[in-house]
Amino acid sequence: MEEISALFNGFAVAMTPFNLLLMLVGVTLGVIIGVLPGLGGANGIAILLPLTFTMPPTSAIIMLSCIYWGALFGGAITSVLFNIPGEPWSVATTFDGYPMARNGKAGEALTAAFTSSFVGAFFAIVMITFLAPLVAKFALQFGPPEFFSVYLLTFCSFVGMNKGSPFKTISAMMLGFALATVGMDTVTGQLRLTFGHPELMRGFDFLIAVIGLFGIGEILLSMEEGLAFHGAAAKIRRQVVLETWAKLPKYWATSLRSCLIGCWMGITPGGATPASFMAYGVAKRVSKNGENFGKGEMEGIVAPETAAHAAGTSALLPMLSLGIPGSPTAAVLLGGLLIWGLQPGPLLFVEKPDFVWGLIASMYLGNLAGLFVVLTCVPLFASILRIPFSIIAPVIIVICAVGAYTVHNATFDVWLMLGFGVLGYVFKKLDYPMAPMVLALVLGDRAEDSFRQSMLISQGSLDVFFSNYLVAGISSVALLLLFWPLIGKFIGKKKAAAA
Amino acid sequence: MSEQANNSNQESVISVRMMDIITALLFMAVGLTVMVGSLKLGASWGSDGPEAGYFPFYISLIILLSSAVTLYQAAIVDKKKKTESFVDKESFKQVMAVLLPAVVFVLGVQLIGIYVSSVFYIAIFMVWLGKYPIWKAIAVSVGVSVALYLMFEFWFQVPLPHGSWFNPLEFVGVN
Repeated sequence: MEEISALFNGFAVAMTPFNLLLMLVGVTLGVIIGVLPGLGGANGIAILLPLTFTMPPTSAIIMLSCIYWGALFGGAITSVLFNIPGEPWSVATTFDGYPMARNGKAGEALTAAFTSSFVGAFFAIVMITFLAPLVAKFALQFGPPEFFSVYLLTFCSFVGMNKGSPFKTISAMMLGFALATVGMDTVTGQLRLTFGHPELMRGFDFLIAVIGLFGIGEILLSMEEGLAFHGAAAKIRRQVVLETWAKLPKYWATSLRSCLIGCWMGITPGGATPASFMAYGVAKRVSKNGENFGKGEMEGIVAPETAAHAAGTSALLPMLSLGIPGSPTAAVLLGGLLIWGLQPGPLLFVEKPDFVWGLIASMYLGNLAGLFVVLTCVPLFASILRIPFSIIAPVIIVICAVGAYTVHNATFDVWLMLGFGVLGYVFKKLDYPMAPMVLALVLGDRAEDSFRQSMLISQGSLDVFFSNYLVAGISSVALLLLFWPLIGKFIGKKKAAAA
Repeated sequence: MSEQANNSNQESVISVRMMDIITALLFMAVGLTVMVGSLKLGASWGSDGPEAGYFPFYISLIILLSSAVTLYQAAIVDKKKKTESFVDKESFKQVMAVLLPAVVFVLGVQLIGIYVSSVFYIAIFMVWLGKYPIWKAIAVSVGVSVALYLMFEFWFQVPLPHGSWFNPLEFVGVN
């Protein structure tokens, strides 16, 4: 078991006092970010990323990934206590979490949510530990056509899995690609699509886009709803925690099912949000207490929380092993790797084993630290939500502006951030998905490079994407997913005709 | 606008369908811009492989096609559907109450630096929308600015904008 010994080396890397401190800082910041409206995992990490440029990369990624774990935990607090999902993936948690809190069982609900989050994350991390090195080893044989077909698969699965209009998904995604091409062409060195504006030479940085789309856009949306927080008081006593833990093993089947759903949705870029809904739906259908779902059933918290965390965590698997992030937050972390001078992808396991295994070990420790922090400090975090929105909103906009500025030290980027904020608001209301756009913006250059290299190999023929079993297989699955909305419609019509 | 929703008791500013049409048209405009730009660069096969505009050209083509379908959906197919409101008047006012000051704030960041702009922005926001007493607003806003200064310029050594036109904090040694 070379993975086990590599993992122990990773623990040795991660367990320095400095890194442990960063873990605690990261998790605490993450929970705060998860609780605050307008700040989430993706833009929270994007804002803090420039502050880590001077740190050693391993410490930096440990802190940033811990912010992510914290944000995943934090979403549950607002869902249960305030009926406000702090993060999109905790919407399903409100269905049963808030009724439980209103019945005076806030402590139980929170304990169940945090513990299932931890279980989901733990399951996903174990999977990453053993699967990621295998995937990376396999991917070492990949050439440009294989890589492009994997990119194609990633983006086509957005089209296939998204419930909204496939054309809107494609439009949003292609906008991301188009924005990614602006600036210096990596192959020829020509300036592209800058139309003579020197400010555009830098191109559109995806960090700015993330801060604007998810931060400013979210603030505008919350403003429209005219947020007023009416929260249940919360305190978690040790007695309650122990009692809840004694009840949880009963739901092992739901847990396991949700773990599997979460991991699957996380690796394929479905993401945590659909995973949580799917797990909730399946649990409701399968459970004996299905009709009680929505009235405060603990199983209805276990299912979505487990799946959301499993998905959020396993989104890092393709990022680490292939260099293809499974979620916007994973994309931001990938952007961090590039900035720290690390080339994400299969070679990372060979060239920087300390970094990779340090990160994986820190996932175990970070989630443990997260569970501890949230269980002990819930009242503190809940009090953050009692700060009125008229203070929170301008402060968050100021923080977003600072974050956007520090990426390149350019005030032009702050304007861009505002623009992306308005775009995010409109996109959200019109059901244009933002995740594929952000991923396209991050991966645009790399996808284009692998496409051009493939074209060079084949002298311009698209046959290269079907030239051997591997690449042909991936490309076919990608195309199948791309046309899935059409195929699904066709099957549905046939069924309707038969009935 | 004729497609305004009459069934809701709040007045609609613009319908979802109209917004869909506008967004699709904007997408097409972006698509055309990218297409023109990539054709100028050369979107065909050069002597040494694909030219710089090769990839963006196809991207722009897909944008044009997919947004044309969205436009068709919104303009023709959804014509008979009941119109939903994209945003009603009250919400629109709320959104603008955040957005417009934010624009002024960003302008301020560029001209007089982030610290003074943040103080004004947060304080005015709190007094105007939150109905806070002025002393509370000033305490919070100055506190945030000082915290920003300490965190960025002091601990992380990351300079924030001090104002390209006029630096109001020059006399206290921020430059």
